[in-house]
Amino acid sequence: MLGFLKEPVVVTAEINVNLVALTVMGLITRLWGLCYPRAVVFDEVYYGQFVSLYMKRIFFVDDSGPPFGHMLLALGGYLGGFDGNFLWNRIGAEYTMNVPVWSLRLLPALAGALCVPLAYQILVELHFSHCAALGAALLILLENSLITQSRFMLLESILIFFILLAVLSYLKFYNLQRHRSFSGRWWFWLMLTGVACSCAVGVKYMGLFTYMLLLAIAGLHFWHMIGDQTLSNVSLLCHFLARGLALLLIPVVMYLSFFYVHLALLYCSGPHDQIMTSAFQASLEGGLARITQGQPLEVAYGSQITLRNVLGKPMQCWLHSHTNTYPIRYENGRGSSHQQQVTCYPFKDVNNWWIVKDPGMQQLVVSNPPRPVRHGHIVQLVHGITTRYLNTHDVAAPLSPHSQEVSCYIDYNISMPAQNLWRVEIVNRESDTDVWKTILSEVRFVHVNTSAVLKLSGASLPEWGYRQLEVVGEKLSKGYHQSMLWNVEEHRYGKSQEQKEREVELHSPTQMDISKNLSFMAKFTELQWKILTLKNEDTEHKYSSSALDWITMDTNIAYWLHPTSGAQIHLLGNVVTWASANAAALVYTCLSLWYLIRRRRRIYDIPEDSWQLWVSAGGVCGGGWVVNYLPFFLMEKTLFLYHYLPALTFQILLIPVVLQHLGDHLCRSVLLKSMFSALIVAWFSSVYFVYCTFSPVTYGQPALSMTELKDLRWKDSWNILIRKQ
Amino acid sequence: MMFCAFLGSCLVPFAYLTVLELSKSLPAALLTAFILIFDTGCITLSQYILLDPILMFFLMGAVLSMVKCNSCADRPFSASWWFWLSLTGVNLAGAMGVKFVGLFVVLLVGLNTIYDLWDLLGNLSLSLVMFGKHLLARVLCLIVLPLALYTAMFAVHFAVLNKSGPGDGFFSSAFQSQLIGNNLHNVSIPEHLAYGSVITMKNLRMAGGYLHSHWHLYPEGIGARQQQVTAYLHKDLNNLWIIKKHDSDTADLSDPLSPVEFVRHGDIIRLEHKETSRNLHSHQHEAPLTRKHFQVTGYGINGTGDSNDFWRIEVVGRKTGKLIKVLRSQIRLIHVATGCILGSSGKTLPKWGWEQVEVTCTPYLKETPNSLWNFEDHINPKLPNISLDVLKPSFAEILLESHMVMIRGNSGLKPKDNEVTSKPWHWPINYQGLRFSGVNETDYRVYLLGNPVIWWLNLVTMGLYFLITVCTAVALKRGVQLTYELKELSGVVLRGGGQITLGWLLHYLPFFMMGRVLYFHHYFPAMLFSSMLTGITWDSLLKFCAGFLSPSTTARKVYGGVFLALVLLILYSFYLFHPLSYGMIGPMASDPSSPMAGLRWMDSWEF
Repeated sequence: MLGFLKEPVVVTAEINVNLVALTVMGLITRLWGLCYPRAVVFDEVYYGQFVSLYMKRIFFVDDSGPPFGHMLLALGGYLGGFDGNFLWNRIGAEYTMNVPVWSLRLLPALAGALCVPLAYQILVELHFSHCAALGAALLILLENSLITQSRFMLLESILIFFILLAVLSYLKFYNLQRHRSFSGRWWFWLMLTGVACSCAVGVKYMGLFTYMLLLAIAGLHFWHMIGDQTLSNVSLLCHFLARGLALLLIPVVMYLSFFYVHLALLYCSGPHDQIMTSAFQASLEGGLARITQGQPLEVAYGSQITLRNVLGKPMQCWLHSHTNTYPIRYENGRGSSHQQQVTCYPFKDVNNWWIVKDPGMQQLVVSNPPRPVRHGHIVQLVHGITTRYLNTHDVAAPLSPHSQEVSCYIDYNISMPAQNLWRVEIVNRESDTDVWKTILSEVRFVHVNTSAVLKLSGASLPEWGYRQLEVVGEKLSKGYHQSMLWNVEEHRYGKSQEQKEREVELHSPTQMDISKNLSFMAKFTELQWKILTLKNEDTEHKYSSSALDWITMDTNIAYWLHPTSGAQIHLLGNVVTWASANAAALVYTCLSLWYLIRRRRRIYDIPEDSWQLWVSAGGVCGGGWVVNYLPFFLMEKTLFLYHYLPALTFQILLIPVVLQHLGDHLCRSVLLKSMFSALIVAWFSSVYFVYCTFSPVTYGQPALSMTELKDLRWKDSWNILIRKQ
Repeated sequence: MMFCAFLGSCLVPFAYLTVLELSKSLPAALLTAFILIFDTGCITLSQYILLDPILMFFLMGAVLSMVKCNSCADRPFSASWWFWLSLTGVNLAGAMGVKFVGLFVVLLVGLNTIYDLWDLLGNLSLSLVMFGKHLLARVLCLIVLPLALYTAMFAVHFAVLNKSGPGDGFFSSAFQSQLIGNNLHNVSIPEHLAYGSVITMKNLRMAGGYLHSHWHLYPEGIGARQQQVTAYLHKDLNNLWIIKKHDSDTADLSDPLSPVEFVRHGDIIRLEHKETSRNLHSHQHEAPLTRKHFQVTGYGINGTGDSNDFWRIEVVGRKTGKLIKVLRSQIRLIHVATGCILGSSGKTLPKWGWEQVEVTCTPYLKETPNSLWNFEDHINPKLPNISLDVLKPSFAEILLESHMVMIRGNSGLKPKDNEVTSKPWHWPINYQGLRFSGVNETDYRVYLLGNPVIWWLNLVTMGLYFLITVCTAVALKRGVQLTYELKELSGVVLRGGGQITLGWLLHYLPFFMMGRVLYFHHYFPAMLFSSMLTGITWDSLLKFCAGFLSPSTTARKVYGGVFLALVLLILYSFYLFHPLSYGMIGPMASDPSSPMAGLRWMDSWEF
């Protein structure tokens, strides 16, 4: 126990100078002149607003991905003491003094710099030579597109860092597997794999691709273990459980914890509230909570309520009526009932108030004690201001002729009786006797006479309906759809029987109390669902591109342009590296096919262990490229060149793999070998040359003259901004 | 109807034979057959004229012959081997010819063949020459033969349908000239273009449209608020344009006495829209969808606009001063002020543009069919009409073009906003059916819905199969010693079941990635596979159990008993649900007095 007294404490440090040097160079290339330009660059305008919202603790929904990446950026802002006061509205806008540009951009730059030593180590763990590993790291180091992307407040470099970290830790874990199972380091790397995977997914959903790849590789390796008869069943089970814990359970828990932190940080209501359900909004400070605070929970006969459509598309709106009637004839010649219009109105208005009435009683006030409305009860809905009854009948709706018109009933004495009984069906009920609850219950109104369901059709009415949204009675209710569900948002117990007093009452704000404990899981599910389903209008961007353009780099993105000097920053890759990476992928595929077919006929061109190396390196690097690239062909969203960068990173790692293989196995004679080395040196210098040539548009300085810019336009499809004098 | 019902009933013996071949077990095959016989969905589908029974007939035919061919593998190049191999090819052609969904079965057969060939390649007793023969035989029967049949089908299609119809506008001028009754068939129109001519311009890209404009403006926020110019696939009066000189008006041209002046290559012209009298115009505003291009609008009043209305007309491969021929000349229009070229991007405009195709002016001077046009109609009373027997497209061109048109049409079937559509995850759980006829209580109603007992049985079996497969695969990998029977059985589960599962996946998963409108009946091909899997799985499961129970009479009793119970269950459920497919009259099922009351097990069913 006191062993350290008997023996001296010895610390032996082993420093790989290669690694240190690479890290330093990575830091230099990524951190040099980080504050320049002191202006909003490209997507900083997008992520910046979220950083500001984090600083102010205002809730938001971003459909582009989970919140971990945003939180990391916000961490930079927090450490730099950013107060969140900056208007992120325009690319190129100068930063004010209160924005800590350096610390905001520091984390992505660090992540980008660390990718260089990671690449080195991945190749070492794949059992390639230090020379090859050094080559891989240098290629990453001199890749202009990766440098540009990591020098600003963007997420890709963080994503790539976590992806590479996950791959590296899995490889380390796998290499420890054979001799030192269940040792401390084994556990460490296994756990780190899971953590890095979940971080990658947490930054951007693109991380899922690499996560899936690692899961598949781990599955394959485990499958080989099953075949290993020397392992007992019990140890096999332990291995399985350990992997399940680290690669499935930990990522899920981590992912949930991102959201937990996200929701814990953002507790104020903000601009995106209205996407969320009323219950969610009520859980945020300010906003709806201020209004609904203190409302009675149970809807009773005589309650005054506003009804919000649950769907919230095309916009949130409340059931509404006003004194105007439907026109007798529509533009297309169809007739209407000419009764009072019922619409869905996207703004708060006194005409959104309805009173729940018991068909059997005349009174419009809540009795004492209140009689709550339950699932299955039949009610009438009385419009507060006009005291007309919500009604539907067999008349075609104005814009959706297959559905019934919904109106507030006016008796014209033309043998068209009122049909104003509605059955309340609580969809998210727990039992059939559930009480209709404010905010929480999602309710369908089923018309008693025609069994039509009150529904928001989504179309907006013409001028006569003031462009408000159409509400119809849907006869063919195709299952559940949120457009048929309504929830009570504002609510109070009505007290005045007289119409005049009631109007005054309707105009006054509500008060009372409601529990606002929405559990974390409920909030998480709702937020997650909104992130996945929220679709921004697909707008084509000036610099958007298709997946096919990336492989040949037919496109670029202009990130920033100096307002006067013409200095500019572009997302442009190192042309030589991109071309070589493509060539490497091609050579790898062809050679593998050749070897495979020959091996099938029992002809072994290369020794078994170098074949294993070849396969595993291809599985990781080539597989990483495939899974990060091909899915984009199936995606319908707007794509940009920077989406290719993770795939590109893997493809670059493939270059030294192929080169070393060629050097080892195809260059048999000494002469060939030395020629090959000379070629590689020449090729490397061309990579460096291209890096230097394009560094002005990578770093944004120095400013180039017009002719110099023209000379940089190596491809006609590149959009380099040349000012006309 | 008779025909489809017959084909539909052929599915049962096909599935029976397939399962028999794969599992070598009569009960398994019988169970599959019972499932297909008594599934209300299959009955409904084959009773009414739809393409699906025909598709499923060919699909099952292909699977059956593939399986048969596999079991002939021990005597390759025998007569029966050739027969089944070529029959597979024939069925593939049939499946592809009915619907594009047939492509999935092609994929299944393709994967199976690759696996097969890989196996043969590893067999060192087979010389490379023999392997080449195998390869060639498969290429011949599974690629050449189906393709030949498929193209032959199209040849017949074009030969039979040689009349003009409502869909003509989707096709190029050359294609249309082959159609009897089309105004381009044996045309007789003025040959050379002249000022004052009324013309239509057709884009040269596959399924490109006519240059079109109408009385609607671009909405607020999308370029300048001027009149829309689009490409429209149908023939329409709004496709007509008048060619004018850029500097003088038409007044003197309409005078019948004035001399005819022809348009020449390199001339600067103005195009006036006939209906609205606005000029074809472009300017440096972003085009609505392709943001890098310029917007094209209709501008000016009664033909008076500005210098942005001037276009230079050029014929591909001609010199300055040459005349321009109708139909034959491929022309491009270059905007004089900005130097961009008039083109159609092929993207569909949103609702405000009536879902017509976007027309832009592209600043990139690339030679693509998108920016090339030809003149199709040409009306000029001052010129003599000449019969032109132009443009004979080759069969390959026609074939390619009709496929482009079909693919475009298919991907155009997008769900409308707010429309409730069937989702692929609904299908295996039988979430919602499809109403075939009848809505009201008094109507004779037919509702396409799978027999829920059968479908849920299929679903449960899928899980069971997964479990069994994992167990057997792990046991084999761990080197557990199995008896001969069990080894046979695990072979059936892994290989036969695997093939069927692959078929199911191939016919189901791709739907998740489709953007078009989907219907419940798209699942039925996959359902066939899942029914076959049910037969195989239950048979193997019971045999496994019997093997563990001891090979006594009790084991056999259990085996028979469970099978009998399953069959009885299927029969009873069919008795319950048969009105779905044979028609229901009377109140809806939500009404307690209906004969179907109590059978509406899911709220989403609407019978």
